[in-house]
Amino acid sequence: MPRIWKFGDSVNTDDILPGKFAPFMAGEDVFQTFAFHYIRPEFAAAVAPGDVLIGGRNWGLGSSREYAPQALKKLRIGAIVAPSFARIHYRNLLNLGIPAFEYDLTGLLQDGDEVSLDVNTGVLTYGGGTVQLPPPPEFLREALAEGSILAFFKKYGRFPGESA
Amino acid sequence: MKGMTAASPRPQTMAEKILTHRGTQTVYAGDLAVVEVDQVMVVDSIAQSFIERMQRDLNATPKYPERVSIVIDHVAPASTVSVAQAQKEAREYAARTGVRLFDVGRGICHQVLMEEGLARPGWIVLGSDSHSTTYGAVAAFGSGMGATDIALAAASGKTWLKVPDSVKVTFTGELRSGVSAKDVALEMIRRLGADGATYQSIEMHAGDRFTRGERMTLANLCVEAGAKAGLVVPGGEILTAYGYDVPAWVYPDEGATYVQAIEIDLTALNPRMSAPSEVDNVHDVADLREQLRDTPVDQVFIGTCTNGRIEDLHEAANVLRGHRVAPGTRLLVIPASSEVMEQAMADGTLLILQRAGAVLGTPGCGPCMGRHQGVLAPGEVCVSTSNRNFIGRMGDKDARIYLASPAVAAATAVMGRVSLPADVAAL
Repeated sequence: MPRIWKFGDSVNTDDILPGKFAPFMAGEDVFQTFAFHYIRPEFAAAVAPGDVLIGGRNWGLGSSREYAPQALKKLRIGAIVAPSFARIHYRNLLNLGIPAFEYDLTGLLQDGDEVSLDVNTGVLTYGGGTVQLPPPPEFLREALAEGSILAFFKKYGRFPGESA
Repeated sequence: MKGMTAASPRPQTMAEKILTHRGTQTVYAGDLAVVEVDQVMVVDSIAQSFIERMQRDLNATPKYPERVSIVIDHVAPASTVSVAQAQKEAREYAARTGVRLFDVGRGICHQVLMEEGLARPGWIVLGSDSHSTTYGAVAAFGSGMGATDIALAAASGKTWLKVPDSVKVTFTGELRSGVSAKDVALEMIRRLGADGATYQSIEMHAGDRFTRGERMTLANLCVEAGAKAGLVVPGGEILTAYGYDVPAWVYPDEGATYVQAIEIDLTALNPRMSAPSEVDNVHDVADLREQLRDTPVDQVFIGTCTNGRIEDLHEAANVLRGHRVAPGTRLLVIPASSEVMEQAMADGTLLILQRAGAVLGTPGCGPCMGRHQGVLAPGEVCVSTSNRNFIGRMGDKDARIYLASPAVAAATAVMGRVSLPADVAAL
């Protein structure tokens, strides 16, 4: 069963993947092993596919570096749930098809709690019950239905919301 | 402020104006806009991802090669074979597709684009670096994006954006001597908080105050409040010194809607400093000087897209002239571009810095993100003119980074601990 990895407020892109372990420096195959290297060194080795990251306010502030969310994608995390996300990072998450939900779970769930999450419906089930997570903003759903914005663009040759 | 135009039936902010102008319909905050992009900027650290997205994922070439620039600045010159390989691929890609390449030593992306006239009033400039808000200095809608968005913009010539709400920041009064645009920017971040302008545009009303370089410092740091763009209303030398065509429509309308308005009285401002390890942890330098009087500073770094310009080097040289860096403290100075370096060479600034004991580096980003040149050891303390002090940013996780103006950084280098320029003057 997927488990919760709980973080605090203002987890920045240097926390998620320190700049010096960028793929072009650390190597394309191994850079993800440095995810949360300084703030949670055990993370990369112990995280399991589908695990859910819970953050506090302003998750992902800092750099535009897409390899921060890419590292999490390579580790096959299930979703990130935080009350608010930094703008560039939020866009990068959705572009890569990593489910990001704007919701505060920090008071409800603890590190290591077991959960199941249906990323399509946003229903999260935990020991004490279920939570309905809010869906992404409506204008993004058209793109997410294709898996990512890249996939949408490839299929239609235009952006979501742009007249054909 | 100019009056409304036919394209704006109800009053618009600067961000709404620019996104309307480059889009297909009149837009307001909250709308989705697909807009033409005037310049797409790619830095060395994402060049490989960018090329992979373009070739493998999109099977596309840049729609308008003249609107794409690749800048090798983040790790320049290369530090390892894998970095060298990535940069080689970037050079080959530029040669193959006809996009502009600014190679090692030309300088930091944002500085170079401004110097080359590749960011102009009313333009939309996307960069693969979060500090692309810098282009707001000349009323360009500059915004940072990741490799996927950047590749889509290069392939299509467009991007999609949610039109941001705007925060209005009005500056009043005049700066006192020894207080600079960096202090203003840090005060603005303190007032707004690190997520105070998330998804929003910060629209700065400065009148004729501030040079282009100072406006770049202000716009650069807007992303540290989470902003999508940081736009300075055109005025002063932007209208006279650089030959920009400043269209009347770019000015915000009277009566535009803002989600928040703050006013900063420049006359009352003291030098500011961000303490570890968040940019909005802003203090009065005088207070930190007291707290840290027994804390030696190991490294001082003057440079970066925030404060590596000629006026910043002048500000530092004015403090350093005739003094030496304190024993036990290293001073690293890296001009933001080859143009800045040449100016500093020609006017004698580099000699003053060199004689004071500074270590000079190749124009580029330098140690700002801890990838080469001057990384910090465990426990070391650094005062930097850069824009981020996150844990591990410039090296070890137990190093501490304080952010300040070039004048405060220079004074700190001479005194060997956090200091004000007046402390040096009193020597």
